[in-house]
Amino acid sequence: MAASDPTPQGMPAPDAVKILVAGGFGVGKTTMVGSVSEIVPLRTEEPLTTAGLGVDDLDGIPDKQATTVALDFGRISIGDDLVLYLFGTPGQQRFWFMWNDLAIGALGAVVLVDVRRPESSFAAIDFFERRKIPFVIGVNGFYGEHPYEPDEIREALALPEHTPVLLFDARERASCRDVLIALLDQLIATSAR
Amino acid sequence: MNGGDAAGRLVRPFTLTGGRTRPSRSDFTLITTVTAVDPQPVGGARPQPEHTRILRLCAKPIVVAELATGLDLPVSVVAIMLCDLLEAGRITVRQPRLISRTPDLDLLKKVRDGLGRL
Repeated sequence: MAASDPTPQGMPAPDAVKILVAGGFGVGKTTMVGSVSEIVPLRTEEPLTTAGLGVDDLDGIPDKQATTVALDFGRISIGDDLVLYLFGTPGQQRFWFMWNDLAIGALGAVVLVDVRRPESSFAAIDFFERRKIPFVIGVNGFYGEHPYEPDEIREALALPEHTPVLLFDARERASCRDVLIALLDQLIATSAR
Repeated sequence: MNGGDAAGRLVRPFTLTGGRTRPSRSDFTLITTVTAVDPQPVGGARPQPEHTRILRLCAKPIVVAELATGLDLPVSVVAIMLCDLLEAGRITVRQPRLISRTPDLDLLKKVRDGLGRL
C-alpha cells in the first residue's frame, strides 16, 4: 500500500497491529482493555448476521438488544508510526462465529482465566490451540488474590509446558502491560527459533 | 446490550447501505486505516449525509473500528459505505501489517520495546 502512504495531507498513517483478549464471560477482558488502553475503551456493536443463524435461537427473546454483539477495543501507541489495538473478544459462546474474523492478522492472544471457574476459558484456549495462534494465560486475581501457583493452573488447564501462565490483576495497568510483554517475549522466542 | 438509545435509531443500519449486507470488496478489516482524500474529487455523485460524516471523521487517518464507534454504526455497515467512498476515489486505504506464520521479528521487537516503555 505504498501508494497511499504518506496520505495526501503528508501525515503518514501509522501501522496497525492487534492482539486479542479472550476468555469466558465476565473474566475481566473489558477491564484489561480499559486498564492498558490510552483511550477510553471503545465499543462497537455488530448485528448478528446469517452466520449466527442456527447457532442463536432468538425465538422467545423479546429483547432486541440480543441481536447485536458488542466488541470492546483499546489502543496503545507504540511510537509515532505503530499502533497496537487490543480487541476483547465477545465472551458468550454463541458469538464465536465472530472470532475467526477477529483472529485474522492478530499477533497473538491473551486468554484470561478466572480460577473460580477455569472451565469458562477452555473454549478460548481450544480455539487458539487449534488455529496455532500463539497465546499466554493471564490469571486474573479477583480481589487481587491468587490462591494457585502458575504450575498448578497450567496443569489444570492441560497446557503445554512452554505456555506462559501469568498471575495478574486486570485492574492494574502495569500488571496488564507485563502480560502483554510476556506474550511478545513468547512470540519473539518462537519466531527466532 | 449497552443500554444504548432506548428509542432506537431512526434509520435502520442497512438502509444506509441500500439493503446491501456485504461489502463489494474485502479491503476493510477492523484495523484497516482510512483517510479522506484532500481535496475531495470534484464531480461524481454527491455523497450521502452518512458518507459525509465518514469523510469528516477520517480527515485524519483512522482505523475502521474507531470509525464505526465514532459513527455509532456496526463495522459491517461502515465497511460497505467505505467501499462506496473508495470506489468514488474519496478515501485512501492502508492495510494493516500482515502477520504471517513467520512474523516480522523487527516488528515484534518494536512492539515489545514500546510496551516496555509504558
